[in-house]
Amino acid sequence: MSFELLTQYLFAGITYGIIYAIVAIGFNIIYNTTGIINFAQGEFVMLGGMISITLNTFMPIIPAIALAVIATMIVGALIETIFIRWLDTHSVLRMIIITIGLSILTREAALHIWGENVRSLPYFIGNETSSISILGARVSPQVLWVIGVCSLLVLGLSAFFRYTSLGREMRACAANRRAATLCGINAKNMVTLSFVLSAGLGAVAGCVMSPITYTEYDMGPGLAIKGFTVAIIGGLGNSMAAVAAGLLLGIIEALSIIVVPLAFQDAIATTILLIILFVRPHGIFGSSEVASLKEF
Amino acid sequence: MMSRHYIPVGIFLVLVIVVQFATQVTATGFYLTQLTMVAYYSLVVIGLCLLMGYAGQISLGHAGFFAIGGYISGALTTHNLIGIKDHPAVSLLERAGLLLERQDLYGSALLTVEPWVAFAAAIVTAAIIAFAIGGPVLKLKGHYLAMATLGFGIIIYRIVLASYFFGAADGISDVPAFELFPGLAVSGKKDVRVSNYYIAWGLVIFGTILLQNLIHSRIGRALRSIHGSEEAANAMGVNTARLKLHTFVLSAVFAAVAGVFLTHYNGGIGPSEAGVMKSVRYVAIVAVGGMAHLWGALIMGVILNFLSLRGVFGSFDDAVFGTILILIMLFAPNGILRLGLGQKIRNLLKKDTAGD
Amino acid sequence: MLGSLAVVAAGPVSSHAETIKVGAILAVTGPASFLGGPEARTLEMMVEEINAAGGINGTKIDLKIDDSGGNPEKAISFAKKFIEEDQVFAIIGPSTSGETMKIKGIAEEGKTILLSAAAAEVIVNPVAKYVFKTPQKDSYAVQKIYATMKDSGISKIAILTDNTGFGSAGKEQLEKIAPEFGIEILANEVYDKGATDLTAVVTKIRSNADIQAVVNWSIVPAQAIVAKNMRQSGWEAPLFQSHGFGNIKYVEAAGAAAEGIIFPAGRLLVADVLPADHPQKELLLKYKKDYESRFKEDASTFGGHAYDALLILTKAVEQAGTDREKVRDAIENMKNVPGTGGVFNFSPEDHNGLALDSFEMLTVKDGKFAVYTK
Repeated sequence: MSFELLTQYLFAGITYGIIYAIVAIGFNIIYNTTGIINFAQGEFVMLGGMISITLNTFMPIIPAIALAVIATMIVGALIETIFIRWLDTHSVLRMIIITIGLSILTREAALHIWGENVRSLPYFIGNETSSISILGARVSPQVLWVIGVCSLLVLGLSAFFRYTSLGREMRACAANRRAATLCGINAKNMVTLSFVLSAGLGAVAGCVMSPITYTEYDMGPGLAIKGFTVAIIGGLGNSMAAVAAGLLLGIIEALSIIVVPLAFQDAIATTILLIILFVRPHGIFGSSEVASLKEF
Repeated sequence: MMSRHYIPVGIFLVLVIVVQFATQVTATGFYLTQLTMVAYYSLVVIGLCLLMGYAGQISLGHAGFFAIGGYISGALTTHNLIGIKDHPAVSLLERAGLLLERQDLYGSALLTVEPWVAFAAAIVTAAIIAFAIGGPVLKLKGHYLAMATLGFGIIIYRIVLASYFFGAADGISDVPAFELFPGLAVSGKKDVRVSNYYIAWGLVIFGTILLQNLIHSRIGRALRSIHGSEEAANAMGVNTARLKLHTFVLSAVFAAVAGVFLTHYNGGIGPSEAGVMKSVRYVAIVAVGGMAHLWGALIMGVILNFLSLRGVFGSFDDAVFGTILILIMLFAPNGILRLGLGQKIRNLLKKDTAGD
Repeated sequence: MLGSLAVVAAGPVSSHAETIKVGAILAVTGPASFLGGPEARTLEMMVEEINAAGGINGTKIDLKIDDSGGNPEKAISFAKKFIEEDQVFAIIGPSTSGETMKIKGIAEEGKTILLSAAAAEVIVNPVAKYVFKTPQKDSYAVQKIYATMKDSGISKIAILTDNTGFGSAGKEQLEKIAPEFGIEILANEVYDKGATDLTAVVTKIRSNADIQAVVNWSIVPAQAIVAKNMRQSGWEAPLFQSHGFGNIKYVEAAGAAAEGIIFPAGRLLVADVLPADHPQKELLLKYKKDYESRFKEDASTFGGHAYDALLILTKAVEQAGTDREKVRDAIENMKNVPGTGGVFNFSPEDHNGLALDSFEMLTVKDGKFAVYTK
């Protein structure tokens, strides 16, 4: 394989990998504060894209994206306060079923609001045919936007958890909810915040990827499954490892085309998921001790 | 005192017959079509109920087992072997009486696998697959278990969608009738509608009797102890791993049997039967029925599937399921039959069935 | 017993009723909603118009649309419901080939006219007495594409198809017909219908320098993605698409990358540039105007398939009254009826009624559809 071909595959892999990573981090944030896997995570991405496209018809792209992200964050907060906050028990099965139900409802609502058509935001720079030559590969400028924005999100989030008091309070809640409550942290608000953060994160990804991948009402579950796989590979709850795992999966998928028929491409992630679950359920980057400690 | 458990089965049997007579008297026999389809889905539901409610193991991949059953039986009974009739393997099968010569709707000659043989192949395959993946999957708990079963379902969906042997996106059509014995066939033809209604519900009743026996036996108590606390059950000498695996395989076989029968009844199967949404629906119905509540799952399965198959929900079909799922889990996590009025009915039933 | 009872009770009722019942089974939601959505809207619009004008010879249409979501088991249930319970006069749909094949036998057994809006050839081959279809055959689309390639001296190609029923039917025809035109398929890839980036596969194909052109046969959004990824990678080889590209939305989705795409399609998309004496022109313009002013979206050829189905039924009822057998015969003998998909000429051997010329080769010029000229 030529060097150009390899870099072309790598760029495709990295673009998707970083999006998977963002979805996985969304899972992790909620998982860490609540122990819930939010099956509706992919729907946040869809909502971000759909709302920004609608707003973009009567306002410039930057305020449209900003408003769409805020709107999706509000949806995240509403979901948490209406469906989760007041429940006395959070049994795993109950939460799985509720979040699956939410995912279905959001999707169906989107179908009836926006219809079955595929939509997209315009390219931020250039158009559908423009490309830049990097190391022999030809890459759409939007790919650089996706990679850039998503990397900034990851860095911003890790700074947030490390250096702000709010971020530290969330970490405290994740590590030991009871102890955090005793220290005067309102654990319930931290859970709401985790949904807001996770929704916002998904929405940003949904906006920047929209010109490349389009936005469709039923794009959520597919992304969610990739996101899970990445979260599991990295070790559930471990966000930095999720970035590495996301890039790994993205690149494996892009390179798989050399050996596996394309029709089976989506089964690759699922197969990896099963293998990891059977062999090392705490992830390939984490050890079992680390897995028991929740860290963002 | 085992016989007490059969009282609901008896009531149920009477109900099945009453419904059939009612449709006959009112000339509304067309309802039997959906009621027959519903019966087969109910078979999946009660099998899943045993796994989820009694053994406490979630499965988000049961549509996969349904599809394994339906697709294997459908593919074997429709793939025409007449072109390779002289191939030694084919003629060997033919001499062994495993093949069936027939004609299609338009009069061309077909040589396909005999439905009983296809049925056996489908069920054995489903059982083997369940056995093989059950081992590692059931070691997992909580979210990990949910995701692993979901992943299994997705892989089956991908396989049927990508294989031309299974008809890819169009699925399999023109699946012939399944002659159980001379004069009685699983078929969607209008003139055998009544007999098919009884075949389907007979199968469900047989299934419930089997599960009732199991639940009220030593095995059933052991299963419930796993649900309560797996460690405690282990300490008490219950081989939890083996028990969970056997339950998993049994429920997979229930799903596969349903798949085979419904495929022959419908005359075909498509990839949507293997989809994740189908698995979610089965779980939803078990949850709405009240998890460890065979009759609850059965009743909710009949009601929801019947309405769905009649198109009552229109374009809101999935939305209705989603809403029900959320409402039940928010306000009645133990199932709809355990609320208010349901509680009273249950108490009455309990009086009947108590005395283990 | 019960079955015979129902038949006795039902038999003659529908043929002498004031209204004729038409059942439509369409994938309004689910993965094939891009077909079922426009089809359902088209039917609603037409029935309203026909009934407002007093019906067909005074007989109003009672239309019931059931949403199958693309699920065959629902299509089966609905078909039986329509035939046995509602005793409909005719069924329109389903939207997909998989569903149609499941209910072909049911319609045949129930002696109910079925006008499918799905494309696969197996629907009308072998011919079933009561089963018709309105979309053009896939093989015609392939022949048109290959003929155009031959004219331009293209003989070595790559084909890309998605894993929907539409994609796999196209793949089958592309592979089958290639030798007739002396075309060699050097790369043949199937991708998931939900694929969001095909850069990797475009890169892979491109590495074979012999490939002169690419045929992509898929539904949205991959049609636009292939185009974008090809142009982004700086590859200027001609891109051919299937007749599924027949919606200006997809051109908008692909933006600048859509320029120069060549594809076969019914004439709906170029209605305004047809010569004034073209038999389809008037009808196409009317459908386009009515649909677009009512639903505020562009008319597509998919909605047109449902339009043709109801149009054919209406014409047949006008001719033969409300006796189902006579209407069936009338459809089978219908000649020279212009529809959105072409001019229909049915016969006992041909229950599709469209010929190769029902397709026109189109291209995209300045973001609009135009007739392709070399």
